[in-house]
Amino acid sequence: MNTTILLFLLQDGITNGAIYALLGLALVLVFAVTRVILIPQGEFITFGALTYASLSAGQMPGTIKLAVAMGIVAFAFDLFTFRRALHAKRVLRSVAVNIIVPLAIWGVMLALSGRPANIAVNITLSLLIVAAIGLYLYRIAYQPIAHTSVLVLLIASVGCHLALQGFGLVFFGAEGQRGPAISSDAITIGALRFTGQSIAVYGITIALIVGLWLFFGYTLYGKALRATAVNRLGARLAGIRTTLSGQIAFLLASVIGAISGILIVPITTLYYDTGFLIGLKGFVAAIIGGLVSYPLTAAAAILVGCVEAFSSFYASNYKEVIVFTLILPVLVLRSLAAPAVEEEKD
Amino acid sequence: MTSRLLPVFVFATLMAVIPFVPGVPPFWIVLLDNIGLAALVAMGLVLLTGVGGLTSFGQAAFCGFGAYTTAVLTTTYGLSPWLTLPLSLLVAGAAAVLLGLITMRLSGHYLPLGTIAWGISLFYLFGKLEFLGRNDGISGIPPLSIGSWKMLDPGSIYFPIWIAVIACAVLSMNLLDSRTGRAIRALRRGHVAAEAFGVQTARAKLLVFIYAAVLAGLSGWLYAHFQRAANPTPFGPHLGIEYLFIAVVGGAGYVWGGVLGAAVVIILKEVLQSYLPLIFGGSGQLETIVFGILLVALLQLAPTGMWPWLTALLPQGDSRRRPAPADALPTRAESAPADGVLLQVENARKQFGGVVAVNNVSFAVKSREIVALIGPNGAGKSTTFNLITGVLQATAGSVTVRGESVSGAPPQEVVKLGVARTFQHVKLVPDMTVLENVALGAHLRGRAGAIASMLRLDRADEARLLAEAARQIERVGLGDQMNQLAGSLSLGQQRIVEIARALCVDPMLLLLDEPAAGLRHMEKQQLAALLRQLREGGMSVLLVEHDMGFVMNLADRIVVLDFGTKIAEGTPAEIKTNADVIKAYLGAAA
Repeated sequence: MNTTILLFLLQDGITNGAIYALLGLALVLVFAVTRVILIPQGEFITFGALTYASLSAGQMPGTIKLAVAMGIVAFAFDLFTFRRALHAKRVLRSVAVNIIVPLAIWGVMLALSGRPANIAVNITLSLLIVAAIGLYLYRIAYQPIAHTSVLVLLIASVGCHLALQGFGLVFFGAEGQRGPAISSDAITIGALRFTGQSIAVYGITIALIVGLWLFFGYTLYGKALRATAVNRLGARLAGIRTTLSGQIAFLLASVIGAISGILIVPITTLYYDTGFLIGLKGFVAAIIGGLVSYPLTAAAAILVGCVEAFSSFYASNYKEVIVFTLILPVLVLRSLAAPAVEEEKD
Repeated sequence: MTSRLLPVFVFATLMAVIPFVPGVPPFWIVLLDNIGLAALVAMGLVLLTGVGGLTSFGQAAFCGFGAYTTAVLTTTYGLSPWLTLPLSLLVAGAAAVLLGLITMRLSGHYLPLGTIAWGISLFYLFGKLEFLGRNDGISGIPPLSIGSWKMLDPGSIYFPIWIAVIACAVLSMNLLDSRTGRAIRALRRGHVAAEAFGVQTARAKLLVFIYAAVLAGLSGWLYAHFQRAANPTPFGPHLGIEYLFIAVVGGAGYVWGGVLGAAVVIILKEVLQSYLPLIFGGSGQLETIVFGILLVALLQLAPTGMWPWLTALLPQGDSRRRPAPADALPTRAESAPADGVLLQVENARKQFGGVVAVNNVSFAVKSREIVALIGPNGAGKSTTFNLITGVLQATAGSVTVRGESVSGAPPQEVVKLGVARTFQHVKLVPDMTVLENVALGAHLRGRAGAIASMLRLDRADEARLLAEAARQIERVGLGDQMNQLAGSLSLGQQRIVEIARALCVDPMLLLLDEPAAGLRHMEKQQLAALLRQLREGGMSVLLVEHDMGFVMNLADRIVVLDFGTKIAEGTPAEIKTNADVIKAYLGAAA
């Protein structure tokens, strides 16, 4: 192997690793706050990427209809929850969040359709749609069972994953799609060529990590989320609305998923079910990071990306085997380093 | 035929008749074959996940081990399928030992995630290995045959499949209803309580993991001879998820829930696949959408699955049943030590980082003595208990029981010396009956292992354990609640159940952590009388308690802790007038 190949592989690994880092962060975030292991994260990626690709191709993506429909169901769930005390303020808030927002996005899309696509507008619309889906997904699928065990939440995640992946196939078909790059510029340093896209990947990843760090460290909502993560009951007693914490966590996770998707879709062709595998690699990073530490997760994600890049060069047949087996030595080390502690379950 | 097996017999007869009913479409038989294959895997998951609390997404990979083992051995090496059956199970079991040693120690959410990871990794491995035929797999696997009868069609392989399902269900039920089964059922509530009664939790976890893997391997072996081909697709992560789904739908805590879940899910999938396109006319995987939505809806409406919901409709058996009388268990051979000192705590110290929870505390408990450990909240009383019972290891100092050092010994060893305990926060298994919970206390006094239990060879042993448990329950005065679920009792009664469970150890020293909390006045008096009676019988008691009236009337000696340090020791009369104790409880005198 020569240095050029080494550098190319490293670059490839770091670019992919940055994406996995984003996904890993979102998974850690959602797990810490809601105890949900977010398997549908993969669908947020696909929905974000393919919505953006469809919009760029001048098509109307089906995801907006899903967002509207889920909003209506979420509104119905809200009404059912409020049925004993139907205050106008609560109901109006619910109407605004669940009905007006998705309809407004749809309206903008209809108004814009037919005009030449603007990348920034398309990205914004894609993010908004996926964010809405993420929010309503929490309201519909998880909020009613938020108090149950991690296992029940995990199985619910599987259900959401299956349903959303099925919708993905209906909306986007079985063929893969690619989206336009955010920037077509490129700079060359030595033997390496950095495309605008890969620079965007690095920049956005770093910005999001710093943003999350600031959010959790220095804002009231961030602290409320951390409090919910540590102790739900305690947080509620302190006046934190734990359902709101869950909603914020899902909102952030879906936006991060969608951003990851939009960042990858110009680099690789995405299919309706690609997100699952990409999301799982984020999982590997999150698990290596112990589902608690953001910096460790980010570092682990880079490692996963690099291992993937190198194994696809040396043993491409066994690429997935190697990446997913990577987790085992880490888990062994973890279990040796920290003997299992007693936890009150159920 | 016992009443326990009668429903199984009826079910088996029904299943045996179905293929001979005229007019049953052959397609139904194929469906039933698939249901049986899935039920085997789901049944393993019931024990692993629903009962043991260990979630695995990787069961499909164990099916793969079973299927590929027989595929390779029958095609490449020409072995008879019957010969490969034990080998398939062995390979699945060996893989489980290897993966189990790595992943079973992981607690909580790491475990399911770990299983997803190796599930996927094995799936890709199956698809890449040359000798497993890569993604095309292996075809031309010979059918099962008995003499000249080859089981080529779905109607004939139906019999081995369902014989396996019913046999495994009976074995699983037997296993759960035994000494080993109680240990497995206690795992889900954390390991501290189980270990305090001598359960080797790591071994129990590995055991149930291997059992689940062997069932999956059996399903894989049958699958290979049913399809007469093996390729990676049915052993991938999506199937692993589906098996877990089946177990949850059916009722993850119930052996027959696995069978019910398999039937519901497979029939539902079939119906959705055939009718959804007719309704919506669309293409694509509409059934996965409906499937996923139904799964989420089911979890919200019936999180425990369908089996308990069905059995609730049936009449319940007599709940006042007592275990049959049996020979008494042998009691502890050792007698009290010559010097009369049962427990000696010497300069015990426990630091959590910078916090000194127990600061060089020394005291002793002699035989036939009731010693109370009192002190304000946070004085280090429960930590001292944990140091004595091996839950925590002391930073410095020593603990000796009957002259034997227990420093560094795990809880399972301490209990063998005759030290039994209760917990400040009750640690019972709420969905086990009082009798079963208490019988867990006698775990070390039984001998029967998992295989003997499955084959029902443990009955004499089991009868003695249950009779002992019943005797201790009567002794603490909860005879009428014996067959109720522990979770349905009041908190005070649950504390008494914990005492009965500790008595089942046949202890020389009983450690009670706040036994009187939550009891009414009369119940406290009964408890005090019981403890005095135990002392007369030769037992010693060390108790932590906040009810001073209770302590002062009962204890022979009192040890007072404050901020981890012993500030006084003496008879109740001495402690009542001790200036330091009054200061610790009431603050400095004005």
